[in-house]
Amino acid sequence: MADKKLLRIKDLVLHFRTQHGPVQAVDGVSLDLDYNRAVVVLGESGCGKTTLAKAILRLLPRNVEKYSGEVCLGGKDVMPMADEEFRLSVRWAAISMVPQAAMNALNPVLRVGDQILEPAIIHLGMKKGDALQLALKMFQHVGVPADFIGRYPFELSGGMRQRVAIAMALITSPSLIILDEPTSALDVLTQANIFNVLKRIKKELGTSFILITHDIATSSELADDVAIMYAGQMVETGDAMRFFPNPLHPYAQKLMASVPRLRGEKNLEFIVGQPPSLVNPPKGCRFAERCPQRFGKCDQEPPVIEKDGRTVKCWLYN
Amino acid sequence: MSAEEKTKEAERVGQGWDKTGPLLSIQDLRVWFELRRFGFGRAGYVRAVDGVSFDLGRGEAIAIVGESGCGKSSLMKTILGLYKPTKGKVIFDNEDLTEKGTKGMRWYRSHVGYVQQDPYGALAPFMTLQRILEEPMIIAGIKSKEERQQRIRKVLEEVKMFPIEDFLGKYPHMLSGGQQQRTVIARAMIMGPNFVVADEPVSMLDASVRVEILKLLRGLQETHNLSVIYITHDLSTVSYFSERIFVMYAGQLVEKAKVTRLLNNPCHPYTLALLNGTSDPDAKNALTFKEVPPGEPPSLVKPPEGCRFHPRCSKMIKGTCDVKEPPEFLPEADHQVSCWLWQ
Repeated sequence: MADKKLLRIKDLVLHFRTQHGPVQAVDGVSLDLDYNRAVVVLGESGCGKTTLAKAILRLLPRNVEKYSGEVCLGGKDVMPMADEEFRLSVRWAAISMVPQAAMNALNPVLRVGDQILEPAIIHLGMKKGDALQLALKMFQHVGVPADFIGRYPFELSGGMRQRVAIAMALITSPSLIILDEPTSALDVLTQANIFNVLKRIKKELGTSFILITHDIATSSELADDVAIMYAGQMVETGDAMRFFPNPLHPYAQKLMASVPRLRGEKNLEFIVGQPPSLVNPPKGCRFAERCPQRFGKCDQEPPVIEKDGRTVKCWLYN
Repeated sequence: MSAEEKTKEAERVGQGWDKTGPLLSIQDLRVWFELRRFGFGRAGYVRAVDGVSFDLGRGEAIAIVGESGCGKSSLMKTILGLYKPTKGKVIFDNEDLTEKGTKGMRWYRSHVGYVQQDPYGALAPFMTLQRILEEPMIIAGIKSKEERQQRIRKVLEEVKMFPIEDFLGKYPHMLSGGQQQRTVIARAMIMGPNFVVADEPVSMLDASVRVEILKLLRGLQETHNLSVIYITHDLSTVSYFSERIFVMYAGQLVEKAKVTRLLNNPCHPYTLALLNGTSDPDAKNALTFKEVPPGEPPSLVKPPEGCRFHPRCSKMIKGTCDVKEPPEFLPEADHQVSCWLWQ
């Protein structure tokens, strides 16, 4: 393999044009991901997590103001590719996605079987019969009974629909799957089930995952690495084993302190104030206004500091 | 009675809470919805709530935990008087609500607040905060404009929306999710209720705001000596909010206990499964698989014979669990569980 890393994102920028000016939804994000690893992207709503996923897959709306940076997949930069080439060789072939509220992302008038065949027919050039066999195999992987293949989405429960959506992402055997809030609308036991499925897929098929969520507690079920996003920027990245007990960035610390624990007597904290507007973000550190450890330097743009294999974008560690 | 207790008692009398006994008492409540009929025959019923009984003390906070479709919302809506119970009684402050007419329900509604799950959906998009908060008072017949204004100010102060003037003229879409939920809470509090039902008040909010709203609700509960029913599917927030937990499964309460007791010594296999399914943020979680009972909750049209959890239960006793419905057993004091294992 040309590159040890499966995915290397460098300075990815995606700005949208609006009436009030450009929205800096993703503003200089860098992220690395190894083969057979799962990275969790955590952040509040509106911090640009979903936009990051769409920027990686180049699923862009019409009002794009600026789209730049580097997305290297297995050592090859896919950003200069033409749209058609990208569609054929990257989207769903190498990276697929399980969209947010996947329960409602299925087409209600098509049988679930027909829906999950589609990527196999288009991307792998399969005949329908072979694709059907493959679909059945995928159903087995995600734990959906084989006879569900002829059913319509409304005949399935929320958890089953979510599994079908995962099967659809799996069918082309991509090396990377982006999961956008895969379990936020599901019950506790269904969530645990889905995470069991994802763990098994990771173990058996060696797939990598980018898991986008705001649910910190359940995200730890899959996380090898953690990336914290705030106001369109990555403020901390690092491996989960060291992140969860000891987050570095003040925002990450505050976020972890706000997670209720089952048997915790710990006093919960919350973050005062609101995230800044992305139309006109503050100069310097974007978290400074809400940060309890703010000091003089914080009105200048903080550098990304590397510390034992973790990165943190904060002046405190300079 | 110590002097301190006496003054407390006097305060309660002064506030009109001199009555004793539980504030709310639910007795063998059943809410069945009829399925569409075919011809003259009956297709059957969806037994959304099937034999639920509990008492809610004055100033007590309880949590009802269960998966979606277990009937917790139907239970809540029946308590609020939005559904008519098929059988059983809802007794509020020694008055039976099932016998009340329109006028009686109006009296009841000014004593109970409701905090909805989705704050944006719960607020009328074409009304300003001023109107949203004024409406319940107009319906309840508070004629004086000044008094209404005064109450709005007081309640907005209590939910910490400052500066008040800035918010009064705003529409719901101009507020953040946390502020919207505060408005919903303010509306629930505006009639000065002594009982509040909160239906997953924080499930739509971000992690950092969630705690803020939970703390706000807890604060209001303590200062106003409110009785609260907190409905949720998230066990991890329960211990921060309530004294007792009821676990609901397929229309029935399967376990009732104090929060610490239930978390440390879950007696029903379903409770245990729920606790195992809930994660704490810990990187070690990624290394192990979770134990999850197989299958899905049963249909409420034809629930399984005997214990409703038995088809999914790993500790099922053949000949008992699948035949007879378990009564409530007491494995320890103040801890009721409907499971044959504790016979």
